[in-house]
Amino acid sequence: MYEHDVIVVGGGGAGLRAAIGAHEAGADVAIVTKLHPVRSHTGAAEGGINAALREGDDWELHAYDTVKGGDYITDAPAAETLAQDAPDNVVQLENWGMPFSREEDGRMSQRPFGGLSFPRTTYAGAETGHHLLHTLYEQVVKRGITVYDEWYVTRVAVSDEDDPNDRECYGCVAWDIQTGEIAGFRGREGTILATGGDGQVFDHTTNAVANTADGVAMAYRAGVPIEDMEFVQFHPTTLPSTGVLISEGTRGEGGILYNAEGERLMYEYGYATNDGELASRDVVSRGELTEINAGRGVDDEYVHLDMRHLGEERIMDRLENILHLAEDFEGVDGLEKPMPVKPGHHYEMGGVETNENGETCIDGLYAVGEVACVSVHGSNRLGGNALPELLVFGARAGKHAAGEDLGEPEIPVGKTADAEGIEESDVDFPVEPGALAASSAVVSGDTPEEVVETAREAETERIEGLLEKEEGVNHAEVRSKIQKSMTDNVNVFREESAIEDSLETIREAREEYQDVYVADKSRTFNTDLQHTIETRNVIDAAETIAMGALAREEFRGAHWRKEYQERRDDEWLKHTMISWNDGTPELWYRPALLEGENQTYEPKERHY
Amino acid sequence: MSTQTPDTDETDPQAERMARKEERATEREEASSKPDVGDDAITLKVFRYDPEVADKQEPRFDTFHVPREPGLTVLDALIYARDTYDSSLTFRHSCRQAVCGSDALFINGSQRLGCQTQVADLSNSDVVRVEPLPHREVVKDLVVDMDHFYDQMDAVEPYFSPTEEPDGEQLQSKENHEKIKMSTRCIWCGACMSSCNVAAGDNQYLGPAAINKAYRFYFDEREDDERQEERLQIIEQEHGVWRCQTQFSCTTVCPKDIPLTEHIQELKREAVKSNLKFW
Repeated sequence: MYEHDVIVVGGGGAGLRAAIGAHEAGADVAIVTKLHPVRSHTGAAEGGINAALREGDDWELHAYDTVKGGDYITDAPAAETLAQDAPDNVVQLENWGMPFSREEDGRMSQRPFGGLSFPRTTYAGAETGHHLLHTLYEQVVKRGITVYDEWYVTRVAVSDEDDPNDRECYGCVAWDIQTGEIAGFRGREGTILATGGDGQVFDHTTNAVANTADGVAMAYRAGVPIEDMEFVQFHPTTLPSTGVLISEGTRGEGGILYNAEGERLMYEYGYATNDGELASRDVVSRGELTEINAGRGVDDEYVHLDMRHLGEERIMDRLENILHLAEDFEGVDGLEKPMPVKPGHHYEMGGVETNENGETCIDGLYAVGEVACVSVHGSNRLGGNALPELLVFGARAGKHAAGEDLGEPEIPVGKTADAEGIEESDVDFPVEPGALAASSAVVSGDTPEEVVETAREAETERIEGLLEKEEGVNHAEVRSKIQKSMTDNVNVFREESAIEDSLETIREAREEYQDVYVADKSRTFNTDLQHTIETRNVIDAAETIAMGALAREEFRGAHWRKEYQERRDDEWLKHTMISWNDGTPELWYRPALLEGENQTYEPKERHY
Repeated sequence: MSTQTPDTDETDPQAERMARKEERATEREEASSKPDVGDDAITLKVFRYDPEVADKQEPRFDTFHVPREPGLTVLDALIYARDTYDSSLTFRHSCRQAVCGSDALFINGSQRLGCQTQVADLSNSDVVRVEPLPHREVVKDLVVDMDHFYDQMDAVEPYFSPTEEPDGEQLQSKENHEKIKMSTRCIWCGACMSSCNVAAGDNQYLGPAAINKAYRFYFDEREDDERQEERLQIIEQEHGVWRCQTQFSCTTVCPKDIPLTEHIQELKREAVKSNLKFW
């Protein structure tokens, strides 16, 4: 058993920042990650980091934009914490040497982004995430923080009290991809999930193949409620053939969207008559797809993003990476031609329910970054808000786990008896969701070490079982079935029958997964086994997304429903919560918190 | 005479082994032709090795047929082969967009990223030969041990560390940002190290990636002179910049177009200048 004060699961931006935070607070911290940290998908973030750094801007404006962008289901204390902590975190990165783009006077550059009332997106070319990831990793190396790389965490070690709120997390179980060793990791003070997104639920995504919802699935099965999973962001500008992201920075710098008729669609068809291309992402994605569905798409598939008028000098200075991406992955020279783009899966707004300190309802278990739902993004994340999120909440969770006092959190976690405003859901699902047989991911033990050890034994049994089976279904078939169904049915435009269809397909996939087997029997770098384990996580995440999408009978932010064409504040200013409940999921609601420090965020009509 | 059946003892073990090998090769060939790949398919020849699996302990090449499609990358072809024919085919990959640096491979004889290499752009786009990065220990199939690469990176103190902690936002000129811009693009893929003859012969040579990392900090004006001197000492050591023989192989293979050789020469000049100062 490996022992540290704090175990961070995942080596992307959130995980690295959490580890540095814990280290600064004096803890012995280790990062356990299935990729080497610099391979993490934070590196693919392009646009920038929102932070109210400059005169004329302030955190309250940032918080307001964030709540409005999330269509008033963002929890105000989360948005305000983000906006308050972001400036210091950005300056901290600068002090760690991050190569931000610079103004003539030598200060860090900021640019306009969608849905912002001030150009506060601090950037490093169109490769901000790459620089952020490497800068944080440099600091991890500098501090001598232990990194177990290419170790895949497959389960958290949680005690088995009946009520999830009474459970405790004592660490996790990981499998060394290189050697096949399965080991327990004891986190004496805390275990922080920073496993990133769930893009592998869809087949056209900007996400890496490693983004398989591992943290969501692990926390869910251990009893932590999963929040607002139906809010999935489809980014308006991804390359049609690969899903590679073309940064919002391209529009921030002045790039224009045209339909096949050469019309500036955002204005021409009234999708956003004030902000045009710089409306919020959900608005622009729907605008583009409406054009394509109306027959005004180029090749019936995409629209054009034109940046030629910005001139070579400005493009080379601020968007050079976009030229490389368009050339390498779509064969288009962005200096000569408009680039083809269409909406693609990009980001999961929902995730593991946490408070402002990254805590879940299970003592000792934290979640930060994309895997978490504080909820800071509500029903639609603003561009440039993911990177400050992982910095702010990563740092907070790391420090909190290491014992630093960050004050009383305002956001409640867990379905507790005294929680205010909780409602049960009465939605009917076409098939039973959840496990096919009694299933629990929690274990008993007299001591924390015993819980970790028992979890390790249970996980060893599961993994050996997969390896022993001599025939069956290949995980790739199951996964592609899920991806196709989710992309066809739970995409930008959603309707009841299609979502139900998806839930049925997910159920079938679960049944098929019972027969899944790993053809590769080797203990050395067995990616067949890795992907097979990941696929179950993908199934769990897909199911919670579809359940939430069916339950939410309104149109809010990124969640559009054919049958409900309006935001319904009287009934739906609440978060969709799903608890695993030992294999028979329960859906319930918790009210959104719109009461801020100095103001109440009254829901208004959202215009861009 | 009795029966003509040969005694088992007389069997040539080598011939038997070859026969088994042949049989397996036919099986694999059949397996890889099963699905309908259409008339237009590329031939993917992939290096296979697994220290634990009996018929993979001796390295071999497997052949897969992959349908040719517009925009098909070498990574796409590998994924197709894995998901269609052989789920044990092993390679690192993650972002699919040339930023995670996981899939540097030896493709038709040169170091390239699988995701960034379109099959159609290869000089021979009918037969694509994929091998693990040369000069690295092979873990399995296309996966190599990267530890030595990471150790070399660590050896140059790869982190910003001014002598005094900054107080608030530091200014940096646009020119200085521009100066280090290319050097900060490194994605740690290891293509440069694998292509370098010097690194192949001298395991202690820091190598192009690590020296480039040192360059990134050495020329960053936000670090002070004292740190600069310390950085020079690291890269000036016996296995540092002076080992570079300017063959430009690193610069040629870098998927991020970093002028690595030039960066190394620039640091050599800095070292000379610094040494002259003390004369």
